[in-house]
Amino acid sequence: MRAGSAFGIVLGILVGATAGIGGYTFLYAKGGSYLTNDPEACTNCHVMREQFDGWMKSSHRNVAGCNDCHTPHAPVPKYATKAENGFRHSLAFTSGRFPEPIEITPHAREITEQACRHCHEEIVEAIDTGRHGDEKLSCIRCHRSVGHLR
Amino acid sequence: MAKGGGSARSGRLVLGAAILAAILAAGVTGLLVNIFEHKQEAKNPFFRVVEITDEIEDPIVWGKNFPQQYDLYSRTVDQVRTRYGGSEGVPRTPTDADPRSVVAQSKLEEDPRLKAIWAGYAFARDFREERGHAFMLEDQSFTERQLAVKQPGSCMNCHASVYVPYKKLGGGDLTAGFEKMNQMPYSEARTHVEHPIACIDCHDPETMQLRITRPGFMEGMQALKASQGVADYDVNKSATRQEMRSFVCAQCHVEYYFKGAEKRLVYPWHKGLKVEEILDYYDEVGHKDWVHAASGAPALKAQHPEFELWSQGIHARSGVACADCHMPYRRIGAMKISDHHVRSPLLNVSAACQPCHKWPEEELKSRVEEIQDRTYGLRNHAMDALVALIEDLGKAKESGRSDEELSAARQMQREAQFRIDFVEAENSTGFHAPQEAARILGEAIDIARKGQLAVRDLALKTP
Repeated sequence: MRAGSAFGIVLGILVGATAGIGGYTFLYAKGGSYLTNDPEACTNCHVMREQFDGWMKSSHRNVAGCNDCHTPHAPVPKYATKAENGFRHSLAFTSGRFPEPIEITPHAREITEQACRHCHEEIVEAIDTGRHGDEKLSCIRCHRSVGHLR
Repeated sequence: MAKGGGSARSGRLVLGAAILAAILAAGVTGLLVNIFEHKQEAKNPFFRVVEITDEIEDPIVWGKNFPQQYDLYSRTVDQVRTRYGGSEGVPRTPTDADPRSVVAQSKLEEDPRLKAIWAGYAFARDFREERGHAFMLEDQSFTERQLAVKQPGSCMNCHASVYVPYKKLGGGDLTAGFEKMNQMPYSEARTHVEHPIACIDCHDPETMQLRITRPGFMEGMQALKASQGVADYDVNKSATRQEMRSFVCAQCHVEYYFKGAEKRLVYPWHKGLKVEEILDYYDEVGHKDWVHAASGAPALKAQHPEFELWSQGIHARSGVACADCHMPYRRIGAMKISDHHVRSPLLNVSAACQPCHKWPEEELKSRVEEIQDRTYGLRNHAMDALVALIEDLGKAKESGRSDEELSAARQMQREAQFRIDFVEAENSTGFHAPQEAARILGEAIDIARKGQLAVRDLALKTP
């Protein structure tokens, strides 16, 4: 019985310490900011600094932040994407394994394409429909510099 | 018994949970430290550990504040080939006159046509592939060209770190020091310099901003801008940051000549940067590098007009600077620095090309090599034409034709030769401006063949 309560105390201390360190790490890494729409959050890790600087000088700065183009617009897919990207980015940044210059994933590119259409649908509908062949038009292939250059 | 077994099991459970929690705690702490380190990385781009002044030429001292840049800069000692450029290490037995145990491959041995083209000039004696920046002073000090012709101190402008020596010689006046060193014999000028290109040749020690340190380049740009209607251009005041990322390189990677008895280094851009504009200028001032030994033509030798050829290409037009491809950005922790290991982009395709061109490395490399293959093929046609003209001219000269009779064909040799050399001496095998290089070589072939016709007409005319 005595041994059991001693283990209980040890366990309690360890779980509490883990929770404490974990909680502090979350605060220190500004974990909460990732739940917001603030583009500053994306520069928490300095890898995105250039993209942020590019966005600051871009034509879209006044109308769209990072999330507007890089996450879906419905709440559930939005936070699912944020979770997926968050996991990928933390893994890449912590392990130091990521390509230079950094690349967008095909899935994320698709999200961005949809985001263009979300706001510009009326303009691009005529361009997008009534085309022959299978080739899908890509907005950012030609309008690369709209959001941010590099 | 049952109770005792239960307590042992719950003991193992607690122990297991404790171990798990400990591992988790260790993991989270590891993550915390990692995040802390990343935050520290981003805080200080550099640490000032020594004071750098406008008098410090030794790059080791600068390197104390900028160890990453210095480390990369130190790597220009490597000798790596690309398909058409780069240098191979060729072992040689050191002598008292030349202590080098490794040199680059001889271009004269690779292509004997060069000997015929440069007959009577020092370059026909020794001409090797250029090695990296680290060797620029050493290789020039010991080339056999030094033995063939007395070289002037002007050569130091591009083969040594001269900013501090110029200022010392000129008593603080950069241009006065430049003029003084130009007039010295090479061996005397050599005693005033110590390092190959160093930090201070491109950077302001106060701000680390790029700056121009070569008076000849300032004057060359002034002449060029004047020809475009811009009066009193001061490159250090008017050039943009992106322009400076090419101009600092263009202080040396250009065509030039030594003017008059004072051997003043002049960048011949008074009419423009194109090959025929430079030729026009040379014709106007009556400059020749030497008289061709076989043909008697007043010949020119282009040096390494990278800046001029690049200026005619699509990369220049799109605002891409020399440094964008030859010193691409490189991430070291939180820092993004330009790669001071200056080298061929073909040895660094991902960093040099892929930030703009989203194609696989192999695809990009093969595009470049295709351009180079074509340029090299055209260059061979052009050199054959030129060598044929030189042979014809030599025979006509030997048969007793007068200078007056030969002057038109000799001028054609001069013009074809300068064009070919403009592409040949330029370090990209046409890549810096593919269509311009092809145009220049095409015209060179035409001019050389017309020169042959002129010699033939002469033979037909009078007995």
